[in-house]
Amino acid sequence: MAAIRDIAKVCKSKNAGPFELTIDVVFETRAQYDAVAATGVLGPELIARLYNVAPADVLFTPYPAGLAFKATIPRAIPAGDLGDTDVYGCQQHAPLLDVDIPVNRWPTD
Amino acid sequence: MSNGTALCRMLSTSGILGYGFPEASLDLGMTRGVHMLGVDGGSTDPGPHYLGSGKTLNSHRAMRRDLRLMLRAARRHGVPMVIGTCGGAGGTRIWPPPPTSCGRWPPRTGSDFRMATIEAEQDVASLKRAHADGRMARLPGGPAPDPAALDRSARVVAMMGPEPIAAALDGGAEVVLAGRSSDPAPWAAMAMRAGLPPAPAWYAGKMLECGATPAVPKGHDCLVVEVGPDGVTLEPAAPERRCTPSSVANHSLHENPSPCIHIEPGGILDTTECRFDAISDRAVRVSGMTWSPQPYTVKLEGAELAGYRAISVCGTRDPLLIATLDDFLARVRDAVATKAAALGVEPDGYRLIIRRYGVDGVMGASEPRRDARPHEVGFVIEVVAPDQDSADAVLALARVTMLHTDFPGRLCREGNMAFPYSPSDVACGPVYRFSVFQTMTVDDPLAPFPIHYEDV
Repeated sequence: MAAIRDIAKVCKSKNAGPFELTIDVVFETRAQYDAVAATGVLGPELIARLYNVAPADVLFTPYPAGLAFKATIPRAIPAGDLGDTDVYGCQQHAPLLDVDIPVNRWPTD
Repeated sequence: MSNGTALCRMLSTSGILGYGFPEASLDLGMTRGVHMLGVDGGSTDPGPHYLGSGKTLNSHRAMRRDLRLMLRAARRHGVPMVIGTCGGAGGTRIWPPPPTSCGRWPPRTGSDFRMATIEAEQDVASLKRAHADGRMARLPGGPAPDPAALDRSARVVAMMGPEPIAAALDGGAEVVLAGRSSDPAPWAAMAMRAGLPPAPAWYAGKMLECGATPAVPKGHDCLVVEVGPDGVTLEPAAPERRCTPSSVANHSLHENPSPCIHIEPGGILDTTECRFDAISDRAVRVSGMTWSPQPYTVKLEGAELAGYRAISVCGTRDPLLIATLDDFLARVRDAVATKAAALGVEPDGYRLIIRRYGVDGVMGASEPRRDARPHEVGFVIEVVAPDQDSADAVLALARVTMLHTDFPGRLCREGNMAFPYSPSDVACGPVYRFSVFQTMTVDDPLAPFPIHYEDV
């Protein structure tokens, strides 16, 4: 097992327009990307659970060209609306950092 | 270049006008035979306030500095300069920045040129006619198109594609100040005018809209992109930065719902099949992007007044209070409601939000670690009411109630909160919210965007 915080190159969130939030996890090498993809852990169900949205509302895109996984979800509160906590949406990534990826041998080359 | 010789080299100075860039980078980048330079002026990203109020995100001083250097470079090299989404949100009456705070605009450069300004702010009556004609469509996550929302909006802008900018350049403009524009539009316009196909032209714009962000190390700096018939080549201007296949590929993730499918005015840019090849240790060539034309739509963005805000910042270091925080804040809310009613402000006449930094201030209801109790907690007490006087009055009650409300086991009987500022209360003025976020089908990509020329 390995936590995303220990194996990802990038883990970030940001607005995709004022009504959606997009979350990216990027890996360093193709072997690492493939190893994570093979576990099936990173997917719409995980994002739905972490962010309390319906799986059908998660646009999940594996992006091998960028060695990345992308998830886009609706914002609970639109950017800058009353009660919003994060106008740029750039500090909503933390729940992913502790997600364990069940890989036996982490490709380091 | 396999099927043509047309090339277009373009420079972007930074992510947003007024972020600043090293002057040496601009000078160096311009020596590469750049055909046009530009910068994006803003977006909805900083929230609804700038569209609603017409104020700019960046200071006029910083925007004037960037504009002065850019205009000087453009005139010296005899190439056009295009600014998209001027003023931060792209409303018509937002730019050029007011002369009183900005000095003379345009800045003196010693040479005459033709300037075009392109309006993007929309007349509500014509938008309502378009609504009645069935030309509006909902966007993912956005509100359903609603004529009442158009009426409530302080300002509605339409997002132009490359066509109005290309028309202004065709009209002889050497400086184009465009209102709300699709971020890539300034560069896509220039490349398509040079005879290049939409796919690499749009892709170049997607890369240039954020300055040197597709390079590493990241920073507010200049990027040069060369567009050819089959692809684009990116190279940052500053020698200490470099583009790598990974840094460029990953820029497709930035602020996009999908890294592969990019919906733009008049079509879809598909980057699924893109190849990223390093052609030096600092330059990357991207090929394989495609463009599929679609019925022409423009995005509409509107903001409406949501009230007036007042805030106060404070913090507690008391473990006894922090242990009973939820109960304490519930008591504060009840006490504020009683005191506000005595001033004639009923509970439905204001909104009290108490942000708890250290507990769930950043993620709010989405915070998964709900039981965390740190040794200190910071608060932003916020009141939004229909007028500033009510907001100020209720905030003052909330501030003193946070300071002096009793709680079980309380030892700190002189006060619960440390306030870093005197005065403690800040009147923030009008609060806006996004009211319109949808698309509108148009027959003519130029029609919503009047162009005005001025010889200066």
